[in-house]
Amino acid sequence: MKLITGNAPHVRANDTTSKVMTDVIIALIPAIIGAWYFFGGYALFLILLGAVTGELFELFIMRVLRNDKSFTPNGSAAITGILLAMNVSSATPWWVFLIGLAFALGIAKHAFGGLGMNIFNPALAGRAFLLVSFPVAMTTWYKPVLSFTKWIDVQTSATPLAILKETGNVNVGYWDLFIGNRGGSIGETSVLLLLVGFIYLVIRKRIKIMIPISYISTVFVMSSVFYFVNPSFGTPLFHILSGGLMLGALFMATDMVTSPMTIKGQAIFGVGIGVMTLLIRYFAGYPEGVSLSILLMNAFVPLIDKYTMPRIFGEVES
Amino acid sequence: MKLSTFLGGVHPPENKHLSKDYPIKKAPLPEKVLVFMQQHAGSPAKSVVNKGDKVKTGQVIGEPTGFISSYVHSPVTGTVVDVKKVTNVIFGKAVEVVEIQREGEDEWELLPHGNYEDFSNEELVEIIKKAGIVGLGGAMFPTYVKLMPPKDKKIDYLVINGAECEPYLTIDHRMMLERQEDILIGIEIVKKILGIKNVAIGIEDNKMDVINLLQNKWKGKINVIPLKTKYPQGAEKQLIYATTGRKVPRGKLPMDVGVVVLNVSTLYAIKEAVIDGKPLVERGLTVTGEAVNKPGNWWVRIGTPISWVIENLGGGFKENVENVKVLMGGPMMGIPINNIDTPLVKGNNGITTLIPKEQKSTFCIRCSYCVNVCPMGLQPYLLDLLGKKKRYDEAVEIGLLDCIECGSCTYICPAKIEHVKTIKLAKKVYKALRGGKK
Repeated sequence: MKLITGNAPHVRANDTTSKVMTDVIIALIPAIIGAWYFFGGYALFLILLGAVTGELFELFIMRVLRNDKSFTPNGSAAITGILLAMNVSSATPWWVFLIGLAFALGIAKHAFGGLGMNIFNPALAGRAFLLVSFPVAMTTWYKPVLSFTKWIDVQTSATPLAILKETGNVNVGYWDLFIGNRGGSIGETSVLLLLVGFIYLVIRKRIKIMIPISYISTVFVMSSVFYFVNPSFGTPLFHILSGGLMLGALFMATDMVTSPMTIKGQAIFGVGIGVMTLLIRYFAGYPEGVSLSILLMNAFVPLIDKYTMPRIFGEVES
Repeated sequence: MKLSTFLGGVHPPENKHLSKDYPIKKAPLPEKVLVFMQQHAGSPAKSVVNKGDKVKTGQVIGEPTGFISSYVHSPVTGTVVDVKKVTNVIFGKAVEVVEIQREGEDEWELLPHGNYEDFSNEELVEIIKKAGIVGLGGAMFPTYVKLMPPKDKKIDYLVINGAECEPYLTIDHRMMLERQEDILIGIEIVKKILGIKNVAIGIEDNKMDVINLLQNKWKGKINVIPLKTKYPQGAEKQLIYATTGRKVPRGKLPMDVGVVVLNVSTLYAIKEAVIDGKPLVERGLTVTGEAVNKPGNWWVRIGTPISWVIENLGGGFKENVENVKVLMGGPMMGIPINNIDTPLVKGNNGITTLIPKEQKSTFCIRCSYCVNVCPMGLQPYLLDLLGKKKRYDEAVEIGLLDCIECGSCTYICPAKIEHVKTIKLAKKVYKALRGGKK
């Protein structure tokens, strides 16, 4: 028998990075099934392609390019792949999508040092890259097919936000916005199914819950003020339910790696994204502001972390 | 029931069921003891016996060498067979050790004792000092120093640590169940010395039997405060906050907020010293863990080799155990021994045996779990980062020295990063560097 030494504590929580990642993937499953139903078999294909190729890309990057022979997949690249797929339209060619995924993992994640070191949310960075490289594919929106057996619909339809931007009116009801029967990115349309996954993450304590709270309430308050001034800015509820706001608030802004560490920091982060999102939606040439505002606030995270140090126990309260 | 607590903390599996229903039994006397001359915080004691000397149980074999230092006594009656220096993991350096071969039963050498009310406060402190009593919760700080605070520090509160928040350990639980009357006498002695009235005892609510018993028995005398079961509920600053609502300022001590904290076993030792004249040569101990056959609670002599404890009290290691971690203390803060013959010291409230599991650390994913659980409100991930980069001054600025080394951050980390290991090392290096400059 051998005596083993080592450092305290000698017991550890039964938790691993892979378990954290698995929980996030589980939480995305309702929205993935919804994406399949709303946008057909091709949407599901893109999501699965993202998950599998993402892990293969990362395995290649780590084992071959970064020469880490002991690297084992942990699920984080699959999440990037799934989220990128959920953030593109069902009109995106698969090879365009793969270019975006390669950018997300190769540049946004690994050029910055890999898991835990990246400043920008890789999936959103991939999306931003595709948006400037393939603007037509990224802004062509197909109508929902409402079927698990249909591959794809080729009838295009504008997103509710684009319609609001162009006409100052809305043509879709809150219920359709809530369940996801509307044009948009593959995984962003069903608020209901995103919420189901979110509740799972909250129960499993896998989420920085302050971020969605502060983000959504900022959007609510600010859009209420604008709506009061001029109703053509859209109602608060419309802004919360439309576009990628819920996907962004619940699954993109809350990305552990690229968000602040303290509750206070998370609140500031959420408020910042909320304000930016609405400013872009109201005044920029582009109807949707969620991804860009999250990416922008990602850049501020080190600064936010620096200035929101928690008060140390026993520190004089000033 | 309203439960007091603090912010942060973790919930490791308690595993107290292994030993909590075993009443404390008196262990047989070991054949041989090894007594460290350092069993306390501060400067080590100096041995005052030589090879070949006959010693009685309770006889002084080590004398203090400074203000913060403590007496050491022989735990058995017998002959000194060796006085040597041994490198020991507890203190991380070579420490003088007196080896005694037991001969026959105990012949006691006792301290002056009797009714505590007949002694003056100075005499009581002297008895406690002469008895070699140190903090038995694990910290091993000489108790008499706590009982003679500087004149400008007004002490008005005694907080008793009955939390026993370390998983596996049950000795304090048993002490409070079986020996609460002696503990109460210990409390009365300390109250007299400090000249105070307020006493609170904090006990985690996984020991409801003790809470109910004491709330009943000590009604009107002592404020029995149920605490939420959460690690590190028994840490000094967290316990004071939960029981009295007072916050010990950064870098300050409990006495700066008028509080003295003592562990239940320490109070028991005070009673034994003052009433019975017995120096601290034995104590209660939990022998437990996954790797021993018979977990239980025992009354054991200090200096007993751990190998003897495991063989004779713990029923030996289970069959098929290939690798084992033997800890002095519990799994959260316990010190693993690298030599099975290492003897017990005064601060050992338990010997925990674990079957180690391999844990490979990966990258920080900034999940913020460590920030959320830190009972001191620190940012362990950042301290770890700064420590690894040797940026000690920055680390101190954000609270390196405030870390109480409870290990909650390392416990919770899904990436299995050993924050507390880096932090402890960074503290040591920083102190050494700063000491070098002066």
